[in-house]
Amino acid sequence: MSTARAERLVNLVLCLLSTRQYLTAERIRSIVPGYADAPSDDAFFRMFERDKAELRDLGIPLETGRNSVFDPVEGYRIARRDYELGEIDLEPDEAAAVALAVRLWESPELTGAAHGALLKLRAAGVDVDQTAPAAVEPKVRTPEPAFGPLLAAVQRGRVVTFDYRRPSPAELRTRTVEPWGVVSWQGRWYLVGHDRDRRGTRCFRLSRIVGEVRAASQDGAVQRPRDVDLLEIVTRTGDEPPPPARARLWVADGRAQGLRRRARVVSRQAMAGEPGDVVEIELRYPDSAASWIAGFGPDVLVLEPDVLAKMVRERLLGAVTAAERLGRPAPADGPADDRGGEAP
Amino acid sequence: MSRPTDRLPRLLALVPYLLARPGIPIEEAAADFGVSPAQLRKDLELLWMCGLPGYGPGDLIDLSFEGDTVTVTFDAGMRRPLRLTAAEATALLVALRALADTPGVTDTAAVQRALAKVEAAVGQAQPAGVVVGLSVRDSEATARVREAARDALAHGRALHIRYYTASRDEITDRTVDPMRLLLVEGRSYLEAWCRSAEGVRLFRLDRVDDVRVLDEPAAPPPGAEPTDVSEGLFRPAPGQRTAQLVLAPDVRWVAEYYPVEEATELPGGRLRIRMRYADSSWMVRLLLGLGGEVVVEEPAELAEQVHAQAVEALRRADHLAAR
Repeated sequence: MSTARAERLVNLVLCLLSTRQYLTAERIRSIVPGYADAPSDDAFFRMFERDKAELRDLGIPLETGRNSVFDPVEGYRIARRDYELGEIDLEPDEAAAVALAVRLWESPELTGAAHGALLKLRAAGVDVDQTAPAAVEPKVRTPEPAFGPLLAAVQRGRVVTFDYRRPSPAELRTRTVEPWGVVSWQGRWYLVGHDRDRRGTRCFRLSRIVGEVRAASQDGAVQRPRDVDLLEIVTRTGDEPPPPARARLWVADGRAQGLRRRARVVSRQAMAGEPGDVVEIELRYPDSAASWIAGFGPDVLVLEPDVLAKMVRERLLGAVTAAERLGRPAPADGPADDRGGEAP
Repeated sequence: MSRPTDRLPRLLALVPYLLARPGIPIEEAAADFGVSPAQLRKDLELLWMCGLPGYGPGDLIDLSFEGDTVTVTFDAGMRRPLRLTAAEATALLVALRALADTPGVTDTAAVQRALAKVEAAVGQAQPAGVVVGLSVRDSEATARVREAARDALAHGRALHIRYYTASRDEITDRTVDPMRLLLVEGRSYLEAWCRSAEGVRLFRLDRVDDVRVLDEPAAPPPGAEPTDVSEGLFRPAPGQRTAQLVLAPDVRWVAEYYPVEEATELPGGRLRIRMRYADSSWMVRLLLGLGGEVVVEEPAELAEQVHAQAVEALRRADHLAAR
């Protein structure tokens, strides 16, 4: 923004704040410095329209009206009570909470808005120290491309449609949803709303939305039910974990540390000449447990139960088949290269 | 940090800000607004030219400078900041509510008080449409680790930890200088200077198997910078390789769970992804677990390693069955 325009806009705000009367555009043109530079009526009106849009974008409540019924055109003013932030005074521990809240967002949509809020609180006389450390720093990211459009749709009350992929059973279909809110839970973002096709309340993972989110109504078409608890809707969909089942495994000496730290050694045993331990471990989810165990390759064998041994075997056979479908690879030579960094 | 379009909001906030702080050093004000002192002086010069209709000496905003400090002597009616926009109120109130509802992060009583005051000032009690649940379901063991880390941070002590590094499937004993606790993407981390790695590391609390607060003081070196988590926790680094994989529909979760650089939809609900990895032993473990639901297109040596490990594992399992 040019210095001349910034100066003109500040003067415009001060002028409209100081008047109780509505001022017509012509009157503003004659009073506020800067508008006199406009070479023609057209140029002035273009300038004035742009300035009004800028003020409204900033959230400045520009009122329009007539001082009397005989006025031929509408005028403008800013009502001070609508413009000004209310009184606020924070104790040091409250200001520290605000500082932590502002730092929470790691999000293109929300970081800037939070800083805008902080700026205004400071201007209201609140001292907020952003450098003071906190015991725990929570951080929330919004990496999904659907976040911005969905947030806008929620705030404007617009129905949305999008393509949504469900993993199992695998399907990709278009959903039409009345969005009530976006919810972050355990590091994931969800959309909660009324699914028009399924006629019920549904949660959608933002990471499973494919392509664009499209608006399917005018603003204000969605009415969120009163007293709806969005977080509760997301969290209640999680099933109770199944009870743990005990498995006995063989683990090669010095290997599979990730498994060993959750297991209990019960005896020593060699397997095809390879020294190792027999361990017992509690497992809850057979599918993910089988994948986890298969990941350790020859370093871990399932002794019991059989069903787990079969599931691991299936994965290993699958890995062999998948590799051979690409063309039988030559055997790997030498141990795995280990120059990787430390992924958290 | 400051974009050109930020100037008008800053100009409108400056007069009330200065009114509340007579005689504030210009440098301090500039830091609060996130601009250079030179930029702040330009802003003040501009405001000095603004005022009320009439625009005579008594109508213009008046500032008095003394040394490197500034005081507003006439505000031209700009006494309070502009109210918060809906987006600003949402960003702040949603974050405060998340903190208020999460025990163990900060003093929730102070957050509640701050929340009530901000809501009253903003005049918006119902920020629509965004909720953040921060709470994590930690095991008892993890809760103990967190307490020890908090204790070490509060008293400025070093920590001894036994840590499981998942990327290398390795357990190591380390002495670390704690810097802060982080809660990111539903998990808790200790950020600390690791004396053995000689660098800042993030330690996932649920992978700390043993913890002891030491008598010696924590002393992260002056150059130890906090980790920038804005782009996620796993960031591109030299030495990483990239795998190209085709995921069957049943294992598309891989692309949601791990950061993926490129994802291309294929017929039948399959997904081709490119994914960076720091350690090939970790990648081999992931791929073996995915079994036949994934095809390793690149690099060839990764496919070979997976194949060799699977063949060897089957051979050993057959040996067990034959006994």
